[in-house]
Amino acid sequence: MQNLHGIPINYYVILSTALFCVGALGVMLRRNAIIIFMCVELMLNAVNLLLVAFSSYFGDSQAQVFVFFIMAVAAAEVAVGLAILIMIFRNAGTSDTDVLTKLKW
Amino acid sequence: MEQLVKLIPLFPLISFAIIALMNRRLSKPLAAVIACIGVLLSFIDSAVVFQSQLQSFHPVEVKVFDWIIAGDFNASFSFLVDPLSSIFLMVITGVGFLIHLFSVGYMKDDDGMRRFFAYLNLFIFFMLVLVLGNNFLVMFIGWEGVGFCSFMLIGFWYKDNKNNDAAKKAFVMNRIGDLGFLIAMCLIFFNFGSLNYSTLFSPGFLAESSVSTETLTLITFCLFVGAMGKSAQIPLYTWLPDAMAGPTPVSALIHAATMVTAGIYMVARTNVMFSLTPDTMTLVSIIGIATALLGAVIGLFQNDIKKVLAYSTVSQLGLMFVALGVGAYTAAVFHVVTHAFFKALLFLGSGSVIHAMGGEQDIRVMGGLKKKLPITYLTFLIGTLAISGIPPLAGFFSKDQILSEAFAHNKILFALGLLVSLMTAFYMFRLFFLTFHGSFRGTHDQEHHLHESPLNMTLPLIVLAVCAAFAGFVGFPHVIGQGLGLHNLFEAYLSPVLGVSSSHIEASVEWMLMGLTTVLIVMVILYARHLFVSKNYVPESDSHMKGSFKKLAYGKFYVDEFYNKVFTQPLDKVSLFLEKGIDIPVVDGMVRGIGKLTQGLASIARKIQTGNTGYYAIAFVFAILLLFIFFI
Repeated sequence: MQNLHGIPINYYVILSTALFCVGALGVMLRRNAIIIFMCVELMLNAVNLLLVAFSSYFGDSQAQVFVFFIMAVAAAEVAVGLAILIMIFRNAGTSDTDVLTKLKW
Repeated sequence: MEQLVKLIPLFPLISFAIIALMNRRLSKPLAAVIACIGVLLSFIDSAVVFQSQLQSFHPVEVKVFDWIIAGDFNASFSFLVDPLSSIFLMVITGVGFLIHLFSVGYMKDDDGMRRFFAYLNLFIFFMLVLVLGNNFLVMFIGWEGVGFCSFMLIGFWYKDNKNNDAAKKAFVMNRIGDLGFLIAMCLIFFNFGSLNYSTLFSPGFLAESSVSTETLTLITFCLFVGAMGKSAQIPLYTWLPDAMAGPTPVSALIHAATMVTAGIYMVARTNVMFSLTPDTMTLVSIIGIATALLGAVIGLFQNDIKKVLAYSTVSQLGLMFVALGVGAYTAAVFHVVTHAFFKALLFLGSGSVIHAMGGEQDIRVMGGLKKKLPITYLTFLIGTLAISGIPPLAGFFSKDQILSEAFAHNKILFALGLLVSLMTAFYMFRLFFLTFHGSFRGTHDQEHHLHESPLNMTLPLIVLAVCAAFAGFVGFPHVIGQGLGLHNLFEAYLSPVLGVSSSHIEASVEWMLMGLTTVLIVMVILYARHLFVSKNYVPESDSHMKGSFKKLAYGKFYVDEFYNKVFTQPLDKVSLFLEKGIDIPVVDGMVRGIGKLTQGLASIARKIQTGNTGYYAIAFVFAILLLFIFFI
């Protein structure tokens, strides 16, 4: 078991797994669209953390490039997603996903 | 020269395109002028070509473009100008132009005038293609094209459903004939490997080929079926009288002067084949004389001015087929030409009368129009005399030629032909006297409305009357011509294509026949005059008709009703059964069933979609988990 700046790699794995599960459960269980959104970000960052950890661990910088890429995409996605949410809120007066069920058959 | 030939059909096509494409952007008079100029240019062009044909008897072949090249089959879109086609060119463009001119006045108040002229031009184009083609396929294009134009023009006043029915009837009847033509074309190609006239009719080609007489008889029979449809012979004649539903100039141009003679042209063109098959020739003359008789008998009792003329056309076409059947091709073509003049004249004259009567066509309410329409009266008189066969008008020469040829061939044929001529003279003068003599029998409004037609309508009448009076002189019978030192120019001109009739009868017999025919016709005319002028006899109205034969003939022998019962109604029943029994339950049922099935399945499947995002997310995650478990 090797250390990474004094912290074992499996700690990173456990932390990011936990973060990912929190995010996934949040997406599944919460009703507020903004919270769901934040949970998605949480999942993305859990993955980012894992990528960076392994990148440092293997001394390979490729994964870090990938992380930057994910961050850029996430930022763009947030910009678009929040704009959509604002429009939904303006039109429907709520951001509760139990109410927003019009998109079906 | 070659360019000139190509231009002949091009002019009407261009004017058709201009009128059809510009349509409402053209003013009505401009459209009429364009249409007339198109045909006039074509006429001038034809005259130049005809002139050069008169000087040199060499046929000219002009290739416009390669049309179909498939393996060893080669059909080019080519034109052939020889004496036969050049005569038809002159008749089509000449009479066509006069009728265009007449239509300018006749159709001037009609909303569809531009459409009318567009169709008329298109018709002239197709008719020219029909006679110009140098092979059967090009002829077939024209053949179908004129059928189509005829269909459109019969149903020209499409708001009245009766006209549409007449148009459909004409189209279907023609289609039956066309099938015969198509079969004949296939047979010719399979047996001889070519559809070009120059190959097929080169001297000795047919005689030297190994094709049996039976096959040749079948071919000529099928060709004749085609001619039956187009030229309104028994049993396919019923469409022609109904075709009078179209505007009168159309009846004059298409259903009297040109299109219906296409069948005659076709038989004359293929005369080499027909001459080799005596069986078909006999059939042609039998059908011809039967049609001539039937048309004449029905014509005796009709009271609609256009119906009389229509049945007279049927009857005259029958006479032309008699001439073809006895091998007197020149006589048939001669009669086509003279008939084109006097029948176009009579139809246009009737158009002038109908115009003056404000659309009325029943001769029982006319009468005494002589004073009000002097030009129409005079020209109509010339036309009537010409069709009756009074010398020296055109009809006399052509009819006499047919009758003497028939006499040389078969005495019974001659006797029946003479009978037809007498009936023709009677019903034509019946029509003439009832329309123009006596006192007016219509309403007061109609009498007030009576007027002579304007110059652009009477001018064609006058020109046609001159033609109908003098056109006969190009075809002097030998017996008269010899005495005066004149030759039969018409026969000499056509002899390279049609040959010279072999049958000869003695001069004294021919003189006697001529005298006999003329005296009998004059007697018939005098009887008609006695009946309709001196005794003022007017045919009784429909409900008071007495005599079963008269009723039968007035009802056109109920052939239409018979066809209706035997062909149309059973076909309708079968169609109805196929719709109700096969189409709706089986075919539609299958299609609808598939649709219903999909809908049913979908209505179950769509329950999964709730629209709740959380629910989708859970499904998504669990599905991915499942995939993981499955693959790892």
